[in-house]
Amino acid sequence: MSIISSLESVGEYALLMKRVLTLPDRISQFLKEFLKGVYTLGVNSIWIVVIISFFIGAVIVLQIALNIDSPMLPRFTVGVVSREIILLEFSSTIMCLILSGKVGSNIASEIGTMRITEQVDALEIMGVNSANYLILPKISAFVAFMPVLVIFSMFMGLVGGYIICMVLGTPSVETYVYGIQAFFTESFVWYSILKSMLFGFIIASVAAFFGYTARGGALEVGEASTRSVVTNSILILATDLVFTQLAMG
Amino acid sequence: MIEVRNLVKEFDGKMVLDHIDATFQKGVVNIIIGKSGSGKTVLLKCLVGLTPPTSGRILYEGRDLTLMRSGEVRRLRREIGMLFQGAALFDSRTVLENVLFPLDMFSRKNRRERRKRAEFCLERVDMLHAANLLPSEISGGMKKRAAIARAIVLNPKYLFCDEPNSGLDPKTSQLIDELISDITIDFDITTIVVSHDMNSVINIGDHVIFLNEGIKEWEGSKSQVMDADNEKLNDFVFASDLFRKIKEAEEIISEEEKE
Repeated sequence: MSIISSLESVGEYALLMKRVLTLPDRISQFLKEFLKGVYTLGVNSIWIVVIISFFIGAVIVLQIALNIDSPMLPRFTVGVVSREIILLEFSSTIMCLILSGKVGSNIASEIGTMRITEQVDALEIMGVNSANYLILPKISAFVAFMPVLVIFSMFMGLVGGYIICMVLGTPSVETYVYGIQAFFTESFVWYSILKSMLFGFIIASVAAFFGYTARGGALEVGEASTRSVVTNSILILATDLVFTQLAMG
Repeated sequence: MIEVRNLVKEFDGKMVLDHIDATFQKGVVNIIIGKSGSGKTVLLKCLVGLTPPTSGRILYEGRDLTLMRSGEVRRLRREIGMLFQGAALFDSRTVLENVLFPLDMFSRKNRRERRKRAEFCLERVDMLHAANLLPSEISGGMKKRAAIARAIVLNPKYLFCDEPNSGLDPKTSQLIDELISDITIDFDITTIVVSHDMNSVINIGDHVIFLNEGIKEWEGSKSQVMDADNEKLNDFVFASDLFRKIKEAEEIISEEEKE
């Protein structure tokens, strides 16, 4: 993709967001779509978040326990380090990278299919602001539900670590529990939630952009979906770097 | 009434619509015919504002669509109903919910009145029995009828139909044609149909426009189509074996009558 076409895409994205971020034509219809979005994008993502967080949490504890097995470091360090990794990066950044695949492709393919089957045109012909009607409820629903997913992810990550300590016994469950409570900074939780809400906006809006601007047939919808996942992944990582420096640096 | 004045549309320097002038009268079915790639659908999309023209004017009772702001265009579109080639029903909504949708968005009526109006429109197209089915559960012809019900639910002043008969069997095509014609007369609206189906022209075409490679080649009534003195139109009309034979039969009868 050339620099000019990338800049054009940024411009198109900005113009689309200008149409999206306006007052809905009918608040009742917006709320209906918002609740639908909460269910399809948020509630339906809980299981994948729970399963992945549990196993990754367990693996993080296992890796740290194996790699910092030193008499110079107390064993509760495993709990402290695991907690910081899970709270600061895993439950927000890594989880959002995974969700960009699930939620991002869902949004891009749904709106893309509506575009190529003329359903978006049908909305426009009725006098509806199709961008606002289709995209705003999805962005709002996903951003609003993001804290729930992050908290689930944090909890299940720590539970995964707890279970691995119970099974392997090193460190002991008591040491691990002491570790995850030691030197706890509450603001890290808020930082993580805030960061994930920003990522939620990026995932939903970028995926919607690729779906809304899809042209052609089923093949192009698939391409739009893939491009949305790739672009979202890069944007999440780049934003993470900037956000971390701004918030923690 | 809709007037098109000197309408030009270019895509990447290629002329798709070449200085089109036309008037579409109220209360009659206006049909735009032409072979694939002649610019019919582009003209229709320009007329409803989905594709901005390169130059020219599109006047709705004197109001120029090309000069309107986006808010004005959206208000004008509430006076427009459109039947898309693939019906464009919303997949996740039932037939009734599809018809209710424009009312839910723009009508001030209460829920009971909205439902009554939607059911009336479904009854009008003989689709009330399928009100609770999803679009994926009904046939192509039923989808078109449901889409017509959705298009007329807000009492539009203008009805646009893009290839209403594509993918339908001859009997269903005839039903859809009759429905479009009846609705045009009943509601006294300006109807514009894009088609390459000559049967539709003969069935319902009160006013016919023939496009060829983006140029308006011919304009007239359906009774004049068969006898038109235009080589390109004749090539298009008599490409169909049926119409060629009708023409030959008419000529034989006319010669016999002379003798």
